[in-house]
Amino acid sequence: MNLHTANEWRPQTVPPSTPVREAIGSVIYEFRWLAADTAMMAWRNLMHYRRNPETLMSTIAGPVMFLFLFNYVFGGAIGAGRDFNYIDYLVPGVLIQNNLFTVMNTGIGIASDLQKGFVDRYRSLPMARSAVLGGRVCATSLISFVSVYWTLAIAMLFGMRFHGDLLPVLLMPLVVGVFCFGVAWLSALVGVTVRNAETASASTFFITIPLTFLSSTFVPVETMPGWLQAFAEVNPITHVVNLCRNMAQGGPLESYAWITAFWIALLIIGVGTLATWSYRRIS
Amino acid sequence: MDNAIEVRQISKSYGKVVALENVDLNVRRGSVMGLLGPNGAGKTTLVRILTTLLRPSSGSATVLGYDVVRHARHLRSYIGLAGQSAAVDDLLTGRENIHMAGRLYHMPKREVQKRAQDLLEQFDLVEAADRSVKGYSGGMRRRLDLAASLVANPPMIFLDEPTTGLDPRSRLELWDVIRNLVSEGTTVLLTTQYLEEADQLADEITVIDLGKVIAQGTADELKHQAGSEFIEVTVRDAEETRRAAGVLSNFAENNECDINEEDNIASIMVEDGAPLMVQIVRSLDAEDIAVANMAVRQPTLDDVFLALTGRTAEEAATESEQDQD
Amino acid sequence: MNHLPAQIQDRSALGELASAIAVESRWMIADTAVMTWRNLIRYRRSPELFIFSTASPVMFIFLFNYVFGGAIPTGDLNYIDFLMPGILVQTTLFSATQTGVGLAEDLQKGMVDRYRSLPMARSAVLGGRVAAETLVSLFVACLMLAVGYIIGMRFHGGFWPGFAVPFMVAGFAFGFSWVAAFIGASVRNAEGAGSLMFFVVFPFTFLSSAFVPVETMPGWLQPFTSVNPVTYAVDLGRALSQGGVIVANAWPTLLWTLLFTFVVGPVAVWRYRRV
Repeated sequence: MNLHTANEWRPQTVPPSTPVREAIGSVIYEFRWLAADTAMMAWRNLMHYRRNPETLMSTIAGPVMFLFLFNYVFGGAIGAGRDFNYIDYLVPGVLIQNNLFTVMNTGIGIASDLQKGFVDRYRSLPMARSAVLGGRVCATSLISFVSVYWTLAIAMLFGMRFHGDLLPVLLMPLVVGVFCFGVAWLSALVGVTVRNAETASASTFFITIPLTFLSSTFVPVETMPGWLQAFAEVNPITHVVNLCRNMAQGGPLESYAWITAFWIALLIIGVGTLATWSYRRIS
Repeated sequence: MDNAIEVRQISKSYGKVVALENVDLNVRRGSVMGLLGPNGAGKTTLVRILTTLLRPSSGSATVLGYDVVRHARHLRSYIGLAGQSAAVDDLLTGRENIHMAGRLYHMPKREVQKRAQDLLEQFDLVEAADRSVKGYSGGMRRRLDLAASLVANPPMIFLDEPTTGLDPRSRLELWDVIRNLVSEGTTVLLTTQYLEEADQLADEITVIDLGKVIAQGTADELKHQAGSEFIEVTVRDAEETRRAAGVLSNFAENNECDINEEDNIASIMVEDGAPLMVQIVRSLDAEDIAVANMAVRQPTLDDVFLALTGRTAEEAATESEQDQD
Repeated sequence: MNHLPAQIQDRSALGELASAIAVESRWMIADTAVMTWRNLIRYRRSPELFIFSTASPVMFIFLFNYVFGGAIPTGDLNYIDFLMPGILVQTTLFSATQTGVGLAEDLQKGMVDRYRSLPMARSAVLGGRVAAETLVSLFVACLMLAVGYIIGMRFHGGFWPGFAVPFMVAGFAFGFSWVAAFIGASVRNAEGAGSLMFFVVFPFTFLSSAFVPVETMPGWLQPFTSVNPVTYAVDLGRALSQGGVIVANAWPTLLWTLLFTFVVGPVAVWRYRRV
């Protein structure tokens, strides 16, 4: 704290420093203020949603539209003669897809901050540096987590029912939330790398669309041509969607859970670190 | 320690492009330093180095005794930066913008609230305080940006082209705000392309061109480099301008007379203009030259820039823009 | 240049009207051509727009054919044969919405004020946009048919009907351009027009026979899908390319196209003039 009038201010004694001490000091400082500063930045981004509710349109209308389209329009054709109720099959996929679209806004926001020169202000402040990215990531993840329950409500209205055990059913939204938190870091990395809102938005589109459609999100992988199955089988989205589907409807979890956990760890630890590092290197 | 800023041989280059070359600069505590130069001269680069946003390629600099590279983290608590882009959040209200900056300076909540109210009053933003910034005018945004950078009451403040793009009235208002700041003892480093702005606000001026410091001193000292005073005589036509020039050159310090043919103006440089006026009028009258207008003019910083670089500030700006392309 | 205005004669109101009509018809074609050119240049100058209008339809073909195709039963037809007419109509309709978005953008930016101050035919601003988007639709339709052919689509309805498919699709899109122009002239805000357009085109194209057979949809949806003009246009395209009932689908399609062009079209021009 340094509130005083400029007249009274006298230079503080500069702590004796060696590069090692400075580095340690920086790390301690970063962790000391990380939570508070991230909260502040997340607050800022949540305020954006409050002031500009139309940015939430796609998060709110998206699941309604997709559930309607796939359940009623395509569902009759896709679900005919299968051993599952198509809406039960569909919901986890739509959950993941819609939330991916929501958290992918992270990068667009970061890029537009960078473009507008906002980040210069933040970088000249004594705040934790990771908080600029962290705040955005937390805000979009929070929105996407809340939207899970909204999507589930619509789905139940359209006739979806849970058939899994209570505990997995309750934990399912959490899996979606944590996965999307990881993807938000990927989006942050995109934003920091391209530094231009339009490019970020376009790259987001070209990442999200193929990943979500070339997976078990809407149709069983077995109905795809062989060469596409090969991709869909290794697509992380397939594993997450299958995990969530089996949590909601019952079925084997373990194999999907391990792979999902691996991807989540990779996204949060690997991609998150890379994004933070790239942000710090900006000059 | 009397210097708030000490810059020693700072250079910064991006690949082959040299943005700053061996810059030296001292800024006394409590003074206003004007960093003057055309677009692309390196002013913003220097400010970015001093505000820890950019690492210099070589050389060292301290601000308030903190090394800008080694003590960057400590330094950030004691400086404020208001940039040309007016980094205020459109969707937040004015008050929320200040509040956020205060919290990120790690001030306690209550203190921030009090300080925000003070600043809003001081900057004449109380009425608009709880409206979102989207509807603010350009001048209001700059004032808010400045207020946000002052929230922690930093003893050192950097203003990067604070009035670029503002209308004349907003510019005058912002000048007043800056003058108030200085009277409270804040040290200010201000960059500008406007020679008048530096003249109005700065105690000392550093002229920077193509990444190098080309002159340093008070506004008066710099003006003396360009010459003392000018006498300008406006007549009716080109023919008379030439004849008037013949008369005037006898009174000039350097026996030379500049002719502006377009506006029929002949001007000379003199030590002290006023006492010469009567003699000049008489001599012109004797030659039967009718004087339409006559004035003694102080040299502007434009004259200074011309004297220092052989180019006008505008030409220099165009050149460095071409360099960048 | 010393250009003096021609002597202005005293004229009755009727005379003024007659001469206005004469100017309008005399310059309409030339001015429309200029405006068409200007709107086509946009596609060359802004590659994103070009990619958006070509790459995303191709992506849709791949998506539906490979990802969903295996799961959607379409009776005797191969799914790609079933899909192509549907996706052609959908894509050209989406591309036709650009008419309205572009017009709204011009209105927003005040470009239209400039045009209105020129001695040009008033209808040329709208006409130029519609013509340009129709040409783009024709191009995109041919491109997509080529892509479809490469991945296995074949014509089973004879040469001339097959040849007519892209023109029929572009013709239908031409009609719809007037609807888009009407929306653009009414909304006068590019983003607003864009999203409104999306909410019009999206249900009409998806609640149709474009992607899945109407019979597989729930009973309460079928009444809408069967009267949907898009369903007629898609079924006509399917009949032309794969053989089947042409006339029964051609009448409604033609009727809608004429309705759009000669009823919605003039209303759009009227709205635009009232700006």
